[in-house]
Amino acid sequence: MDINYILTGMLTGFGVLVFAFVWQTSLSGITRKVVGRFHKRYGPKWYQEFRDIFKAMSKRGITHGWVYDFGVMMALGGIMATVMFMPVVTFVAFGQLDNFFIYVYLFAVGMLGMAMSAVGSGNPLAGIGVMRALTQMVGYEVPFMVIVLAIIFRDGTSSLSGIAAIQQTGGILTWNLVKMPIGTIVGFICLLGMLGKKPFETFIAPAEIASGPMVEYGGKQLGMLMIMHQFATFIEISLFINLFLGGATNIVFFIIKYMIIYILASLISQAFGRFKIDQVIKYFYRWPIVLAILQAGLVVWGRIG
Amino acid sequence: MSKEIKKVEKPEKIKKGWDGISNYFRANSIWMLMYCTGCCAIELPQAMTSRYDMERLGMGPMATPRQADVILVTGYLSVKTLRRVIYAYEQMSEPKYLVAFGPCAINGGIYYDSHAVIKQLDQYLPIDIYIAGCMPKPEAVMNGFKDLIEMIKSKKATGWRKYRDNNAWYKANQIHALGEVRIKDEFHE
Repeated sequence: MDINYILTGMLTGFGVLVFAFVWQTSLSGITRKVVGRFHKRYGPKWYQEFRDIFKAMSKRGITHGWVYDFGVMMALGGIMATVMFMPVVTFVAFGQLDNFFIYVYLFAVGMLGMAMSAVGSGNPLAGIGVMRALTQMVGYEVPFMVIVLAIIFRDGTSSLSGIAAIQQTGGILTWNLVKMPIGTIVGFICLLGMLGKKPFETFIAPAEIASGPMVEYGGKQLGMLMIMHQFATFIEISLFINLFLGGATNIVFFIIKYMIIYILASLISQAFGRFKIDQVIKYFYRWPIVLAILQAGLVVWGRIG
Repeated sequence: MSKEIKKVEKPEKIKKGWDGISNYFRANSIWMLMYCTGCCAIELPQAMTSRYDMERLGMGPMATPRQADVILVTGYLSVKTLRRVIYAYEQMSEPKYLVAFGPCAINGGIYYDSHAVIKQLDQYLPIDIYIAGCMPKPEAVMNGFKDLIEMIKSKKATGWRKYRDNNAWYKANQIHALGEVRIKDEFHE
């Protein structure tokens, strides 16, 4: 690897990082406004999330020990590293390395950092929240992986930009949304689980376990976790766009697709109550997994889609 | 009431630059911890939902004291609940603000002759703003929050600094009322 490749990669990755933060944070504010209008409220300013994050960063933080501090940095660092690999339109930092499994492994670094830090705070509610988050992850990862492995088997590549490029060959008809509709539905349900939106909000549950893993966070650590949350949301939705909605040929389409998916997920969140953790697991192992195996069977043996 | 320990009134130093910027963010993003054991809490749902919509000021409810900026004490406090309010207030990260609702926090209100209720919350915790009314209407609640925002912007909401500077005075008063104030660290002991 020559130095040029690394430098360009770093610069592109940094650009993707800035774009991810600015766009996802603005969209969170816009979504709060949309949800407010659904409640017949006026809603906050669209840049409210920026204010929240910088306010949290400006407060005086306390510490619960070095595991707590180190875990927060590990979470933010791991998630930022994952964002840098994400293909956004034509901007792909480290071109040959945007393999799907990179996201799976790097994303786990951030999530484990957060789990470590939350448990390090010593609050039992944080422990319950982390346990629920990991249990829920076991729930949605299995159907999601079945669908993604079917896509990788069909396309013969596990590169995320490669999968997106194959979908872009014939317009909207070659999107996985059209070719694998059942798989897209399963993917969207799993996306709701990843984002922690309402039917699968079990691990946050503010009224039940006082916001779960976040229970002991305040000040700067909370600000860093909020930035991490924005990046994690960006990764999850970009993955969905690249896998099922044909990536994007220019930035406008990317933004439109992103906006539709995120606002749809947030509105669905407003209409549901919260599952218990055993209901989450039973739900994911009943319908999504059956549909995922059906779709994978159609793709692998039926050569349909 | 122990009168030996004098309250210090430090002149407020106004720092330029970073403090001004962070005060803008602090004023426009206020997360509340609602300590709703008093009857004034009944006016908060109206202020939060579609009629008055607190969220347009950037305010929102939070689940734990660690995350919150302002603690709302809605009405009277018995001796038992005062202890919990002190624990919650000390867990919040600075800068933190305290809003007291109704006359009960000023002089005991209709519980002025009760042996179980503390009369002046100001003796135990620093109060940044009082909201008048028994109970305050949602208009008054919103007005109070607007005033709090103005106070934060003009650096007048300095209760947390007062609490730090006069900690001995407040602690003496708390111990006088409660007997013992010990912040328990149940998880690390």
